Amino acid sequence: MSKFRNLVIAAALAAPLAAPAHAEKLGLGRPALPEEIDAWNLDVSPDGTGLPEGSGSVADGETLFSENCAVCHGEFAEGVDNWPKLAGGMDTLDRKDPLKTVGSYWPYLSTVWDYAHRSMPFGNAQTLSADDTYAIVAYILYSNDLVDDDFVLTKENFLDVEMPNKDGFIVDDRAETEYPEFSKPACMENCKESVEITAHATVLDVTPDNQDD
Amino acid sequence: MDEKERDSAVSLNRRNFLRAGAAAGALAAGAGAARAQEADPLITEVQPWAQGWGDGVDANPYGMPIEFESDVVRRNVGWLTADVISSINFTPIHALDGTITPQGCAFERHHSGAIELRKEDYRLMIHGLVDQPLVFTYEDLERFPRVNRTYFLECAANSGMEWAGAQLNGVQFTQGMIHNMEYTGVTLRTLLEEAGVKPEGKWVYVEGADASSNGRSMPIEKALDDVLVAFKANGEALRKEHGYPVRLCVPGWEGNMWIKWLRRVEVTEGPVESREETSKYTDTLENGISRKWTWVMDCKSVITSPSPQMPIKHGKGPLVITGLAWSGRGAVTGVDVSLDGGKTWQPARLAQPGQAMALTRFYLDIDWQGEEMLLQSRATDDTGYVQPTKNQLRAVRGENSVYHNNGIQTWWVKANGEAENVEVS
Ligand code: HEC
Repeated sequence: MSKFRNLVIAAALAAPLAAPAHAEKLGLGRPALPEEIDAWNLDVSPDGTGLPEGSGSVADGETLFSENCAVCHGEFAEGVDNWPKLAGGMDTLDRKDPLKTVGSYWPYLSTVWDYAHRSMPFGNAQTLSADDTYAIVAYILYSNDLVDDDFVLTKENFLDVEMPNKDGFIVDDRAETEYPEFSKPACMENCKESVEITAHATVLDVTPDNQDD
Repeated sequence: MDEKERDSAVSLNRRNFLRAGAAAGALAAGAGAARAQEADPLITEVQPWAQGWGDGVDANPYGMPIEFESDVVRRNVGWLTADVISSINFTPIHALDGTITPQGCAFERHHSGAIELRKEDYRLMIHGLVDQPLVFTYEDLERFPRVNRTYFLECAANSGMEWAGAQLNGVQFTQGMIHNMEYTGVTLRTLLEEAGVKPEGKWVYVEGADASSNGRSMPIEKALDDVLVAFKANGEALRKEHGYPVRLCVPGWEGNMWIKWLRRVEVTEGPVESREETSKYTDTLENGISRKWTWVMDCKSVITSPSPQMPIKHGKGPLVITGLAWSGRGAVTGVDVSLDGGKTWQPARLAQPGQAMALTRFYLDIDWQGEEMLLQSRATDDTGYVQPTKNQLRAVRGENSVYHNNGIQTWWVKANGEAENVEVS
């Protein structure tokens, strides 16, 4: 984070804007009650923090997925029309038009559990119980060939599941790979010998008309 | 005005209406009357608006743009997403000037639609690694010391459809996932200090109240630096579609982090790695490895006119070239414009000195003699970063990225004044 620290220091050195001085607390707001925090604090982190007790099987997940998710995501999580595909795309990340799914792309299982539980089904969010969510996540793993059909996902074995692309991410490295290259003095004259048009937007003709859409 | 006067005004109006009809006919006959030798009836004839009444002060308690500007609106691209409920539209930047984006045409991105949340029903919770978890009402927020700040918000996917090549023929679609507003609110730092951040608190997770429950993690340094909990934009309440009654502003960082309908700030030890910071908003490089935590929006600019939606209609002679420039890493210090696809560049004029993390308007006034042009703009910010070409970006990242395309845009302006989105060598 040293890069970030520099940024904060630079900001502090810049001419100060008229910011209010924070001397002491104002005593505004009220203490949050434990049950209020529990009601909203639903996020789940990669180390499992936030996961409730519970479990669910691939078999139960298949039924639940079919009832709650398949209209948009397909019976096998393969996606319907333009709706997101949740399965498939293994080994496509370094090819043209990679297919990014839970199986091929997502680094953490916690994200799947958290998103399904908090944000899905689309239009009826926050209705899945903990057990239902374990089951549905188990089924999504099965659809991606990551577990067998007799698999049961539980809070206890949650961290044992290996996500194929868990090592596929690096922290933003633009400061090393781009900023030096893109911070050279700008060319003003004779910057290139010739200029050819290499692509036209009108060829594709995908721009909406003026009136609608 | 008494009754009698009003009667005579009405009849004048009627007479005038007939006269105006005749004038319109004359105009059609001598097309381009303003430039012809004949006198312009718009000047020589008394026009209805110069004689009768306009609207009274009770006609529009909240005014909308005049009907003649009805095409200056947000537009969406149907094929981009499966559904308009989780989708995006685009700011008509081609038709705007100055730097402040009116709220009514500032682009929208929702993940579960724009919800209606009353101030009375609004609650903000701060919890996690704090000394005292707190709940604030909207009224509570209004009692904290306030600040005013102007910031751009750019979606990380702005220009994303252009990664593989020129696609959409209009700056509204290619660079229009951006807006710039003056916000009023309370710094997140003020609220975090009210709760008291524990030393183990290294990150915050911020979350919205809508059904998408959109949430993002950010380092505590950013949260304590310049992040704003805003409840006004351009002087008035936020619009529903921008998170009424309260949204987060994360200056210089990608729009997805600017949580709307902000309901929760959790101080944590590490990042949550939510769907929006793993599955989305990560940048896949040529070798299949993806960058994460690419929060900052790099320096970028674009010519908004002329452009495909803003062809030159006035013929040869003086031409105003204008556009917008911005940087999430600081202030824009200069913008260069090329008329020949990047062979030669000349400095444009900044309408105002660049302001950190806000839009800057630039102008270049030229004498256009009907020649074809390959128009480009290139911004530099106060870190010394110079906006790269799309090909420079592709050389580093490959062609599979979606987000963070800040490459130079080219408009091919033809002899007839029409413009097209192209790419050049
Ligand atoms: C009515 C259609 C619909 C239904 C039903 C639905 N989803 Fe979704 N799902 C979506 C949409 C739309 C998105 C993308 C939302 C966005 O980007 O804001 C999505 C996204 C997702 C994603 C993330 C995909 C990605 O690659 O980032 C997951 C995982 C998911 N849904 C799981 C589920 C599960 C599990 C269910 C059933 C409990 C479900 N969905 C039901 C429409 C639906």
